Amino acid sequence: MRWAAAGALAVLLVLPAVLGSYAVTVFIFIFFYAFLGQAWNIIGGYAGQLSVGHAAFVGLGAYTSAMLSIHAGLTPWLGMLVGGVLSAALGAVMGYLGFRFGLRGFYFVLLTVAFAEIFRVIALNSDWVGGAQGLYITFTGDPRQFQFQDNRVYYYVSLGLMLLATGVVAWIERHRFGAYLVAIREDENACEALGVDTFRYKMLAIVVSAFLTGVGGTFYAFYLFSLQPNSVFGIPLSVEIVIRPIVGGSGTLLGPILGSFILSPLAELSRTWFSQGGWTGVHLIVYGALLIGVVLFLPQGAYPALRRLVRKADG
Amino acid sequence: MAAGTQAGGSPAALLEVRGLSKRFGGLQAVSDLSLAMAEGEMLGLIGPNGAGKTTVFNLVSGFLRPDAGEIRFRGQSIVGLKPHAICRQGLARTFQLVRPFPHLSVLDNVKVAALTRHARTPEARARARAVVERVGLAPRADVAAGRLTLAERKCLELARALATEPTLLLLDEVMAGLNATETEGIVRLITRINESGVSMLLIEHNMRAVMALSHRIVVLSFGEKIAEGTPSAVASDARVIEAYLGEEYVHAAPA
Repeated sequence: MRWAAAGALAVLLVLPAVLGSYAVTVFIFIFFYAFLGQAWNIIGGYAGQLSVGHAAFVGLGAYTSAMLSIHAGLTPWLGMLVGGVLSAALGAVMGYLGFRFGLRGFYFVLLTVAFAEIFRVIALNSDWVGGAQGLYITFTGDPRQFQFQDNRVYYYVSLGLMLLATGVVAWIERHRFGAYLVAIREDENACEALGVDTFRYKMLAIVVSAFLTGVGGTFYAFYLFSLQPNSVFGIPLSVEIVIRPIVGGSGTLLGPILGSFILSPLAELSRTWFSQGGWTGVHLIVYGALLIGVVLFLPQGAYPALRRLVRKADG
Repeated sequence: MAAGTQAGGSPAALLEVRGLSKRFGGLQAVSDLSLAMAEGEMLGLIGPNGAGKTTVFNLVSGFLRPDAGEIRFRGQSIVGLKPHAICRQGLARTFQLVRPFPHLSVLDNVKVAALTRHARTPEARARARAVVERVGLAPRADVAAGRLTLAERKCLELARALATEPTLLLLDEVMAGLNATETEGIVRLITRINESGVSMLLIEHNMRAVMALSHRIVVLSFGEKIAEGTPSAVASDARVIEAYLGEEYVHAAPA
C-alpha cells in the first residue's frame, strides 16, 4: 500500500514532462476537485454531516483573495489564508446553527444549501463585488500574484493542495479526532454517553473542512482569472464537491481522489464533446446516471469495492 | 439549582437524588423521587413497565433535564451538564436498546470509549483490548458490531461503558432478551465488575437476577418510589406485590 502510494506519487511528479497542455489541464481539474472533495470528506464523509453548501466556502475564499488582490494589492498567497480563515468562520456559524439546534439529515442539508444560496444572491446584487458580472483578474504571469506562464506550475500547485488535504485527513484518521468523527457518524447519542463532546468535534470538523475549502477558492479564482456568483456560490459547484467523495467512497482516505480520477476527466471530456454539438450541460446527465449506478451497485463507493477486489486477488 | 447539604443521605453518598421530577405532557413520569447510593453499592431499580425507570436513567445521565430536583454525584451537582461531561466525571450508562456503532469492529467500538480517558490512540487501543477480553468478547474483537448476536451486543454495550472507567455504572436491562446461560454469564460479569470497585445502579426485569445481585432495591410505580430496602424486605412488601400483581392478588393471597 505504502509502496503503491509512493509509486503513484512519483509518476504524478514526472507526468507533466510528457503530457500535452490539454492533458495537464485535465489533471489540474482532477487534483483540484480531489482537494475540494477531500476537504468536504472531513465533515461530510468522516463525521457524516452532509453539507451540500460547500460552494459557500469556495466562493467566500475566492472573492476574499480576489478583492484583496484587486483593491489592496495583497498577494493571493496571503489572501488565500485570509479567505481560508473567513471561510472557517462561516463554517463555524453554519455549524453552530446546525449542531446547536440539532439539525440532522435533510435539515442540515437544507441549512447548508441555504447558506450558499444566500451568498450567491448577495454577491449577485452587490455592485462592490461586481454584481452578476463578478470579478476579473488581469493576467500578469507574476508568480507573486499566483499567476504562472507555464500551466504545469498550476499542475504542481493543485497536486500540492490535494496532498495537503490528504495529509490532514490521514492525520485526523490516526488520531482521536478521527475516531470520534466516525463514531459520531454512527450514533451521536451513544457517543455522548461514552464521553464524546459531539458538538465540539462536529464544530472542529466543519471549521477545518471550511478552511481548506476556502483556501481552494483562491486557486479557483487565480486559475480561471474570473469568478461569477453563479459559478462559485452555485449549487452545481456544491454538487461537484460532494459527488467525488461519494462516488469514490466517502469517509475513506483515498475515496475523494479515486472519485476525482473517475469523474473529473469524464466531466471535462463530456463537457468538451457535448458543448461542441451545442449540448451544454449534458455532463450533468452523465453525473446523474453515474450517481444512480454508484448508489445501486457500490453504495459505499468505488474505493472500498476496489479494496475488496484487491484483497480477493491477494488470496 | 443549588441545594443545601443538610439532611438525607450520608456524607459518603456517591449518588444523591433529591425531589427529582419529570413530566411529559400529561404524564408525570418521575415524581419527587429521592434516593442515595453509597460507594461500592449495587442498587436495583425495579418497577412495572412504565414506572419511570428509564426516565430516571435519562435524567441522571444528562439525556433529559429534570423539571425539578437535585442530582449530586460525588458531592457535585450534575443537573444541566451534557451527557458527555457527566460521563467524564465517572458516571457511565448503557442503553436498554443497545446502540453499538454497527460498522465499527468490537475493538474500535470500545476504543472510542477508552479514548475518553486515554487520548492517545495506541493506549486507548490497548485499554480497549483489555476490556474486550474482560467481558469475554476477545474472539469477536475484529467483527463488525452490527454482526453480533444480541447477547454479544449487550456485552459490548457493557464493555464500552466500562472502558470509560466509571465509578458508577447505570445498567438498563442488560439481561433482557438473553437466555438462561447468557444471563448467568452476565450476572457473573456484573458481580466481578462490582467487586472491582464499580458501583452500580441496575434496572432489571429479571427478578431472580436483580434479587441476587442487589444490595438494596428501590421500587418505582407510576413515577413514585413505593418501597426501598433489602431484596427480601422489598419482595414481601405489600405495596410492591400490589404494584406488580394488582390489588386483588394481595387480598386473595393468604397472609
